[in-house]
Amino acid sequence: MHTDTDVNTPAPAASEEKVMGKDGMAALVGALTGRGYTVVGPTVRDGAIVLAELESADQLPYGWGVELQAGQYRLRRRPDGAAFANAAGPQSWKTFLHPSRVRQWSADRVGEETVFTADPSPPPRYAFLGVRSCDLRAVAIQDRVLTGGPHRDPVYQGRRSGAFLVAVECTEPGGTCFCVSMGTGPAAGPGYDLVLTEVVDDDGHRFWIRSGSREGAEVLAELPAHPADSATREAARAGVTAAAERMGRTMPEADLRELMAGTLDAPRWDDVAGRCLTCGNCTMVCPTCFCTTTEDVTDLTGDHAERWRLWDSCFDLDFSHLHGGPVRASTRSRYRQWMTHKLGTWYDQFGSSGCVGCGRCIVWCPVAIDITEEAAALHDWTRSRPPEDAS
Amino acid sequence: MDTNTNTGPDTDPRPTLAVWKFASCDGCQLTLLDCEDELLALTDRVRVEHFLEMSSAEGPDGERADLTGRGPYDLSLVEGSVTTPEDAERIRHIRRVSRRLVTIGACATAGGIQALRNFGDVAEFRAAVYARPEYISTLRTSTPISAHVPVDFELRGCPIDRRQLLEVITAHLAGRKPNISGHSVCFECKRRGTTCITVAHGTPCLGPVTHAGCGAICPAYGRGCYGCFGPSEGPNLRSMVGQLRHDGMSERDVLRVFRTFNAAAPEYAPVPDLTAEAQDCPQDRTGRTDTTPEGPV
Repeated sequence: MHTDTDVNTPAPAASEEKVMGKDGMAALVGALTGRGYTVVGPTVRDGAIVLAELESADQLPYGWGVELQAGQYRLRRRPDGAAFANAAGPQSWKTFLHPSRVRQWSADRVGEETVFTADPSPPPRYAFLGVRSCDLRAVAIQDRVLTGGPHRDPVYQGRRSGAFLVAVECTEPGGTCFCVSMGTGPAAGPGYDLVLTEVVDDDGHRFWIRSGSREGAEVLAELPAHPADSATREAARAGVTAAAERMGRTMPEADLRELMAGTLDAPRWDDVAGRCLTCGNCTMVCPTCFCTTTEDVTDLTGDHAERWRLWDSCFDLDFSHLHGGPVRASTRSRYRQWMTHKLGTWYDQFGSSGCVGCGRCIVWCPVAIDITEEAAALHDWTRSRPPEDAS
Repeated sequence: MDTNTNTGPDTDPRPTLAVWKFASCDGCQLTLLDCEDELLALTDRVRVEHFLEMSSAEGPDGERADLTGRGPYDLSLVEGSVTTPEDAERIRHIRRVSRRLVTIGACATAGGIQALRNFGDVAEFRAAVYARPEYISTLRTSTPISAHVPVDFELRGCPIDRRQLLEVITAHLAGRKPNISGHSVCFECKRRGTTCITVAHGTPCLGPVTHAGCGAICPAYGRGCYGCFGPSEGPNLRSMVGQLRHDGMSERDVLRVFRTFNAAAPEYAPVPDLTAEAQDCPQDRTGRTDTTPEGPV
């Protein structure tokens, strides 16, 4: 959206709504490409539905679903041919908005002077096709984190401000999804330029499509769509409503912020530390985790230096390395830092939870650590404590 | 040993570099020669005094080099482990004549594949392999350089990574700390966008407990990491062993996958006990409790 990226900006009313067939998807990709966007969307690669640059709508994962468990991701064929009946994959949109490696500047010694050069390349203009409601919220959270304060991240800002978002509502949640618990889905919230709901039934394969911005309405006008019919609209709404009833996971019925603050001494942290590999995978796949580290590199001549920014993780010992060593040396302290920040202190820092319920940290943890299971165990602990301890 | 003369001209401001071989295959040294695009820039900045893979001469005067060198050297790169009494003495000399000493590769840093002897009977091996075992003089164990002398930096890998070697040399020249992280290979997979092969395919992979630095090559080609860079910082081997068993590796396979180039890394010492422990419940992920919420509530 070519607007300020404040998460509190309400989406414009869906000024236009239409229904388009499967052929409309090719037209949508064509329309976005024609406007100069690099279209990024889901496609099957390496046994997963990854996010990649799309040249054609044919690359969408038509007929592919996923079976998600803690620590396990498997592609499954779907007989209905749906393109978006699959939950979150191994990447999130931060791969494109907040890339894992960025050169921030370079410096050259020229005679007696040192000349600094900021990376001059203009930011890519992305159109994201298939942003799920949870991920839409995740983008809004990263907007707040990376551009909502006094120091705006120019890399994120440049990529984000030019991005066109095509949301897709969820009709097929995965076994690790819990967006309902986090209040982030499966219906799409604000922030999109266009939103689609996919319907496959006896009346055919089609998309209920609405615009959420002026540019979205312009794109919609270019598509081979017909006026929305009530049958498609109702089928789409029913699909999203049904999805809300089929979440694979739930968070405990508790104030998670209070739960985190009140369980810092729980023995459960030792249990999870016994399993945690501190490999960092949960943070890397999390669509809101934003931490980076900085590396200054020089070349052999000593006349050229560059500053690079790389994704970092609170599971890395170096992450909390201060004078004399790491502050969070134990696995317990690192896992606790991640989870209490995500579900608790994120509110203090950014005014919301840092978790959107996408379930990626559960799926991509090699040893199947499940944030909802950990939260439930902490909740159980608070309830089972003797009253004198439960201050 | 005379250590007070530097053979280079006094006007040569370049720091001196020496490369040393102990028990090893030479692959890590060759990584330096593999820096083809950077070699000219490198030799502009350092004077290679001693490097038998490159020249049989010592220093610019072209004297014939021996195995110990004269020194002093500003930076010594040491490949290989210590497996003979002579080498145990030689590394002390090299330490004495080196301002900074960096080990390169799994042999020098962890003892190498030859440290498998540490788990067996060397006399028995010697008798089985050699027709005249009495000619073989060897130590009972293969040990890393750090077991003998202080080491300034250890570069991991079997073999080492070319870019990391250049980073260590460049950082030395600039007087800064090298950008070498001790975290897991998973960081590198995620940064390069590789889909996790353990989660997506059930492929056993040592990435979560293996030191980064290779660039996560194997998983990018669908193969599990086999740990050639050795243990990451603070690896949770109990959990890793349970996971490898979960992913279908037998007890013997788990033991063997840790008994390769970094077999003698102290972090791997608990693996035999952990493997035996995990035998009872091969499908269980260690420590896992079965309280997964199921379905909507």
